[in-house]
Amino acid sequence: MNDKARLKRQIYELDFALHELVLFLDSHPTNRRAMELMGEYREKRAKLIADYEKRYGKYIVTVNDVPMSGKWEWLDSPWPWDTDFMEG
Amino acid sequence: MWQYEKKLQYPVKIKNPNPKYAQIIITQYGGPDGELGASMRYLTQRYSQPYNEVKGMLTDIGTEELAHMEMICAMVHQLTRDLTPEQIKESGFAPYFVDHTLGVYPVAASGYPWTATYIQSKGDTLADLHEDLAAEQKARVTYDNLLRLIDDPDIKDPLKFLRAREIVHYQRFGEAQPTRWNDYGGAADKTA
Repeated sequence: MNDKARLKRQIYELDFALHELVLFLDSHPTNRRAMELMGEYREKRAKLIADYEKRYGKYIVTVNDVPMSGKWEWLDSPWPWDTDFMEG
Repeated sequence: MWQYEKKLQYPVKIKNPNPKYAQIIITQYGGPDGELGASMRYLTQRYSQPYNEVKGMLTDIGTEELAHMEMICAMVHQLTRDLTPEQIKESGFAPYFVDHTLGVYPVAASGYPWTATYIQSKGDTLADLHEDLAAEQKARVTYDNLLRLIDDPDIKDPLKFLRAREIVHYQRFGEAQPTRWNDYGGAADKTA
């Protein structure tokens, strides 16, 4: 796994932790600890994305992340079902 | 509506194609307890659901199931790439191949195509939630069975992740107030 793949994996791990909190909050909507953790993980995720963008350019995961400059970059990177997706 | 995220929930990277494994893993796409059915079951049950808490669960778990469907399809796709005609003939993949080439199509391991009869939307909170609890357990058993038959770590790793998700979803559905028969007032964790 290269550095880019490692960093992507760290972002995905936080995405997963955040999703877990979403499901937990659906059945525990007043749980303060879960809300605190969600805030903490959102911050960590934003920091990792800033780090990614410093090194590799815009972090594109939804169409709304695509920069409006010149080319439609949505199509450039590998697709999730490609074997080189994490490195690409 | 939905917005696509260009990523898998958990990465799939399989080094060695294996059409034998693809033919059994595909059941978690189009089989009776697969991820397509799981997603359709939950997303469909939402409309008659009176409890906001359960509407939330059905939406968020049903959405996650779409991501699981994408992981299973990625596995089937990677397991069937670069095949020779000999491999197709020897692995028992020929019947699927003549019908779908290398297209990923929702069928069970037995070859039956996906059908809406695999799911239910009964319009009754208790009936629907109990269907959902049973569905999570049946999907968990299917992952157990796949893990018994497969020995490639590249395949086992994402399958173990998906198996664990069935258990978490079962837990969340079980926490929904309508399935907690001794406590209908306040939040499920009101003592937390």
